[in-house]
Amino acid sequence: MKTRKADPKGVMTGAHYLDGDFALAEGALAAGCRFFAGYPITPSTETAERFSERIPFVGGMFIQMEDEIASIAALIGASWSGKKVMTVTSGPGFSLMMENIGLAAMQEVPLVIANVQRGGPSTGLPTLTGQQDMMQARWGSHGDYRIIALSPDSPQECFDLTIQAFNLAELYRVPVFIMTDECVGHMHEKVVIPPADEIDLVERKWYEGPKDAYRPYKPDTDLVPFMIKTGDGYRFHTTGLTHDERGYPVINAEVQDWCVRHLIDKIDKNAEKIIKLEEEQVDGAEVVVLSYGITSRVAIKAVQDARRQGIKVGTIRLLTVWPFPEKRVQELAGKVKAMVMPEINMGQVVKELERSVAGRTKVVSVPHCGGGVHDPDVILKAIKEAVK
Amino acid sequence: MTEIRFSGFGGQGIIRLGLITGKAVSLYDNKFATMTQSFGPEARGSACSSQVVISEERVLYPYITRPEILVSMSQEAYDKYEPDLREDGLLIIDNDLVKSTAPRGSIRLFSIPSTRFAEELGNRIIGNLVMLGFFTAVSKVVSPEAIKKALPGLVPSRFMDLNVKAFDKGYDYGLEVLDKAKS
Repeated sequence: MKTRKADPKGVMTGAHYLDGDFALAEGALAAGCRFFAGYPITPSTETAERFSERIPFVGGMFIQMEDEIASIAALIGASWSGKKVMTVTSGPGFSLMMENIGLAAMQEVPLVIANVQRGGPSTGLPTLTGQQDMMQARWGSHGDYRIIALSPDSPQECFDLTIQAFNLAELYRVPVFIMTDECVGHMHEKVVIPPADEIDLVERKWYEGPKDAYRPYKPDTDLVPFMIKTGDGYRFHTTGLTHDERGYPVINAEVQDWCVRHLIDKIDKNAEKIIKLEEEQVDGAEVVVLSYGITSRVAIKAVQDARRQGIKVGTIRLLTVWPFPEKRVQELAGKVKAMVMPEINMGQVVKELERSVAGRTKVVSVPHCGGGVHDPDVILKAIKEAVK
Repeated sequence: MTEIRFSGFGGQGIIRLGLITGKAVSLYDNKFATMTQSFGPEARGSACSSQVVISEERVLYPYITRPEILVSMSQEAYDKYEPDLREDGLLIIDNDLVKSTAPRGSIRLFSIPSTRFAEELGNRIIGNLVMLGFFTAVSKVVSPEAIKKALPGLVPSRFMDLNVKAFDKGYDYGLEVLDKAKS
């Protein structure tokens, strides 16, 4: 893995008071994102506004596209030209993006998509929060493929995880989602942006061999194929159809098996390297609370109250939601009495938790339909009932 | 921990009050401050508000529940938000725009004709800054130095002097009112 330091031009070093949406834009600029194509939608529009205001001074391009389908198409093209690319959206726009997200997964194109989640379904709650698109991020486009999804709990983490998202996208040639939400997106807090020379950025793996030997889908030892920049004189083919190492369509079960397994394996076999968790007091805990994004900070309040009442509660915060930390929860499954998972949806990621522990530990879902965050007392009640 | 709600009608600079206060506290008073705000149609005309939670530790729950401080610059906002104010809270109003009923419980009431003062300074648009000065003086949850440091970037630079003047006017009036309350 080759890394380099961030270009100071894009890095607004210092302490700022920003909302989560602005912090996403600053994270993207610091990560070297120089192409943004998007279509405005509440509550994500501020990111596009900020990026479009800043990019002329940094050098790069912002396009307001005709819709979200075209936005992803533009990102795919720009990414093939060697740019780091990003878009932001929310529920309805996310739905429209799904077709081309599948194309990006199939073509193995690095791109970063932030979803500032609002309550759904349909147009739902434009100005109020939700975490209801978590499974859509995972499975939203048709076919079998893998993606990576991160979930920030604050404007500071919007900045930090955006940089990580770009690094992961470049490293694994995969769409990476930043699954934030309206509450974090519109919340202002202090955001500290480090100096450029403290920000390490992953360089895309560029092919440097003879021109006629380039194979856009030949896996390297880490399972990730090399890329070239379009316009650099390499002749190559890429398609949404099932393809071989050369990128040419081959429509049969054998190549399909190779092609799909490759998309799955490059993430699954690297899952332990990708997954980032924050654990607290998990050793010796009776109950573990798992959560992500805004819900994870509301949950801490409940956990603190539970500890005051003498309950041994551990917490696992999922900075990476997809891939799911299956291995870690399986280690704990036999040891803890229960696992509690609050989410601002009717129980989505908790299903993956249930699947992973396979009945070896009680799993308690704490659902919320959206439009606000959990009342910490509701989570506290679930913790108390879980240890009974 | 202190929960504050600034309220008024869309266009008065109510959200700006939350932004300036939050930035001042978290960047220059070295505490934690989380600011949230109204969105949608209410931020563009009817009762609108911004909320700030100030704490010595990291703020976990981002919204306010029972604010200790309510600042109201319109009757509609006052009517809507006053019932949430704590019994021992601090109520700050523009008394030309808000007719308050007798405060409940041990609520302390402080009044300033902030919009009128702003007009006297030359522009009613800075009424929010007069209110911010008054709020800073009577609430003491943020230092005036921090507020002034927070202004660049949040008020137009060509109107910086006018904004500072407005803030000082409100702040001095606040100190006067506090003095009178003591004697």
